[in-house]
Amino acid sequence: MTLLWIPLLSLLGSIISSMTGKLTRNQSTGLTMLMPIIALLMTISLAPAVFSGEVIRQTISWIPLLGIDIAFRLDGLALLFVFMILGIGILVIFYARYYLSSKDSMPKLYSYLMLFMTAMLGIVMSNNIIQLWFFWELTSISSFLLISYWWHKAEARKGAIMALTITGGGGLALLAGLLLLGNIVGSYNLDIILASREIIQSHAWYEVTLILILLGAFTKSAQFPFHFWLPHAMAAPTPVSAYLHSATMVKAGIFLLARFYPALAGTELWFILVSLTGLTTLLFGAYIALFKHDLKGLLAYSTISHLGLITLLLGLDTQLAAVAAIFHIINHATFKASLFMATGIIDHETGTRDMRKLNGMWRFMPYTATLAMVAAAAMAGVPLLNGFLSKEMFFAETLHQQLLGSMSWLIPVLATVAGALAVAYSARFIHDVFFNGDPIDLPRQPSEPPRYMRVPIEILVALCLVVGIFPNFIVDDILKAASFAVIGGYVPEFKVALWHGFNLPLLMSAIAVTGGVLLYTQRRYLYQYHASLPSFDAKKAFDSTIYVVTKWCQRKICAIENGSLQRYLILMFVVVLFFAGWPLFEMNQLGGQKQLTPIDVHNAIGAALLMIGAISTVIWYRTRMISLLMISVVGLMVSVAFTRFSAPDLALTQLTVEVVNIVLLMLALFFLPQRSPKESSSIRVLRDLGISAALGIVVSSICYALITRPLESISDFFLANAKTGGGGTNVVNVILVDFRGFDTLGEICVLGIAALGISKLLVNLPLIMPSSDSEGRPWAKERYPILLASISQSLLPLALMVSFYIFLRGHNLPGGGFIAGLVTAIAFILQYIAHGSNWISERLPINYRKIIASGITIALFTGVGSWFFGRPFMTTWFDYFDIPFIGEIELASALIFDVGVYFTVVGATLMILASLGQLTANTPKEEVNI
Amino acid sequence: MELLYASCVGILVSCGVFLILRSRTFPVVLGLTMLSYAVNLFLFSSGRLSLNKAAVLGNSTQYADPLPQALVLTAIVIGFAMTAFVVILAIRGRADLGSDHVDGLVLDKNSDKKNDKNKKGKV
Repeated sequence: MTLLWIPLLSLLGSIISSMTGKLTRNQSTGLTMLMPIIALLMTISLAPAVFSGEVIRQTISWIPLLGIDIAFRLDGLALLFVFMILGIGILVIFYARYYLSSKDSMPKLYSYLMLFMTAMLGIVMSNNIIQLWFFWELTSISSFLLISYWWHKAEARKGAIMALTITGGGGLALLAGLLLLGNIVGSYNLDIILASREIIQSHAWYEVTLILILLGAFTKSAQFPFHFWLPHAMAAPTPVSAYLHSATMVKAGIFLLARFYPALAGTELWFILVSLTGLTTLLFGAYIALFKHDLKGLLAYSTISHLGLITLLLGLDTQLAAVAAIFHIINHATFKASLFMATGIIDHETGTRDMRKLNGMWRFMPYTATLAMVAAAAMAGVPLLNGFLSKEMFFAETLHQQLLGSMSWLIPVLATVAGALAVAYSARFIHDVFFNGDPIDLPRQPSEPPRYMRVPIEILVALCLVVGIFPNFIVDDILKAASFAVIGGYVPEFKVALWHGFNLPLLMSAIAVTGGVLLYTQRRYLYQYHASLPSFDAKKAFDSTIYVVTKWCQRKICAIENGSLQRYLILMFVVVLFFAGWPLFEMNQLGGQKQLTPIDVHNAIGAALLMIGAISTVIWYRTRMISLLMISVVGLMVSVAFTRFSAPDLALTQLTVEVVNIVLLMLALFFLPQRSPKESSSIRVLRDLGISAALGIVVSSICYALITRPLESISDFFLANAKTGGGGTNVVNVILVDFRGFDTLGEICVLGIAALGISKLLVNLPLIMPSSDSEGRPWAKERYPILLASISQSLLPLALMVSFYIFLRGHNLPGGGFIAGLVTAIAFILQYIAHGSNWISERLPINYRKIIASGITIALFTGVGSWFFGRPFMTTWFDYFDIPFIGEIELASALIFDVGVYFTVVGATLMILASLGQLTANTPKEEVNI
Repeated sequence: MELLYASCVGILVSCGVFLILRSRTFPVVLGLTMLSYAVNLFLFSSGRLSLNKAAVLGNSTQYADPLPQALVLTAIVIGFAMTAFVVILAIRGRADLGSDHVDGLVLDKNSDKKNDKNKKGKV
């Protein structure tokens, strides 16, 4: 069970930390750190097993029918990343406690950070690639929240949007690639995919799949030309940058490359694409970093450059290159996180990050300066520090590859150039900030930061040193385990050591260091040259591209969506016409084999009335009142038809709904114009007539074809089991409350939601209240006829009794919750009509919302109730009881469910009508009692 | 009989669609109501037309198909809820936009602004 707990604890931490608003800063930090610390301890307990070559798995079956599981997996590579994510995460949380000012919301930052941590843990531990993608997207979203943490700053918002756009777009490409990959292999399980190298690489879709997955990885890891989001993401608070851009977010892309290395790497295409992208990014980042005056800008481009280096290593065709890549992942995380934190301290203490102002900091904060200088030296690749070791390995591997054929010597040369640039910008970080004269116009008088703010940096810098001096002491196990996972099987013998003797890589390092120092000292000329280059602002290009794309989309949308409801409907009708009509032409014979029933007089009259009603509605549609009367004839005839064709339940429902519906429409007509103006052109009328006639013909043909064919129904099951299984003889009602009770539950929920939606729609309605009808006749002064008032009052108890009767007999005879609910509602509506809503709300202060809620709750809990008897949700129970004076009576749990239905129907119907009716009562809002 | 039934459904569909294609909200609502009658009748008929069959279990051997009936019963109620929602939406739309015209953005000169002298205005 432990694997699942690692991301779960971190998610829990996110929730907990969001609730620490009332606590002190120390308490909040402590609580937030607790969860990742527990997770880290758990991971440590799992580590020995992973080091011994075991892969720990945990799978929770989710939708077994579709083969979808929640699957976690911990191998060497995942373990390495989990360590980095949790370890650096804990340090960042601790650091942020001192970094954030009292104005910044601490719980907000912590809960976003923990959410981000969860997402990263999910990525590295997923054993299902769709699940992996889900967490991948979660990192995009949570990093968006983190970057836009200071949302009042425009640059933070823009940076966040840019990061989301680029990484989100890459995420889509990745999804497509993963889906293809899953299709090729026939499984989304990572274990299976990693073992199917031959199948994947010989498949015709391999190239497309690879490019799509690489797009995902490159956008996330800020590879050229997608690098430009990263510097803009520096608008985030420095702890966030330290976390996102050293150990996590940007490393997710690298992780992806390493994760799929066993399955996707090894082909010409992989080597060319990955190594050249990496090389370009390495050089480009290192070059630009030199010209950044902002400390974080320098670190941002240096990050881009180092990511390029790791990508290049993963793209080299030697086996040790992957080992070197993993080693550099660890080293970069440690020195870059500490550098970001040191930058945060400098920013915090001086109020600026501009290297043109920051000079001679050594005097003010010697301790921090020492730490930062050690970390920067590691970044430059100075011996005795971890950066040196992996850089040596990198140089060695560039010498062994055969990537560019006879021009392969170019790669080590360019690598040395990049090394020199790295030394130069690291030298600038050290010299320009801590020495180089006196500070200029600092907003604040600098001093050493609070003691504990330096603790995370001390830990990380200590790691840089220990790894640099005793490499085998700490990283050997994890490096071997992770390399084993990446290379997939055989790991060549390698020895990480400080001293390999005098060899070519050492010479390259020496050239890089001297070249770098030279570059830095002579930087004036380089700056002049750089200033003469035409400047290219990636942000402007990005903005204008986005602008053009959204404009184009907007135009296209406007062209399709012109605001005409009728136009959309016509499109839909035409599509329906085509797809429903087409098969009819391929049928040999419309009528089926079933013997036709003869037409009798009653049916003929009924049908004639229905048709006349329908056609009259259309003819008089402009005089709305008349067409409303006509449509009520149609509704009445429909309920008569239900009676005729042996469906008493339907007839009752239709009849009651019809009453409510017509009352509602009548009420609505009061607020709408009484007439529709004539505005359709003759052509349009002709077109509409054509479409509606065609649709009518198609539907009636299908209907005829359907009802003239013999019936094969599953209803026999319901007929056979209604009495024995459901305890009722009214099969329709038993289906509703028992067999398909779950559907009914959903339906009453819809009813409740519709009613709530309506009451919300009517809030603060700017009402147009006509004082007269359309012909200028004022409405009658006598609002409530006395005769109706007195009759309706005496009718109410009778109606309620009838509805109670209909409800009770529903299980065995036509009736039930729906119909009884409607009858009750009508009884009340009659009161509203006769007395007005003020009169009612004085005498009957009912909150309809509560009735709906209680109805749904009753229905739901009846279903839940069966759990207590160890049965599945909504199992019915019934039995017969002998009650004195009444006789034998059947009680069923379905009856309680029907009570829920009853209350929901009453509540919803009355809420709809009463909310609307209330508007006519001219009362202030406070008295509205809905 | 089957032919008559099918024609009735067809007529209801035609009238409903024609009304829906009118450019004002009220006819659209009426059309929707009409269309839901048609759909309910159509669904109901999938159990075939059964004259004088028993709906409730008892002595009879011939039963009407209960399944479409159960489906249509809830469809009627839900249909009502949806119609109600659309009606209220129409009222809201008219109150907010000043017109019940839904056929494109171009407000024609027939919009009911000119009847404003009959209105009390906001409540």
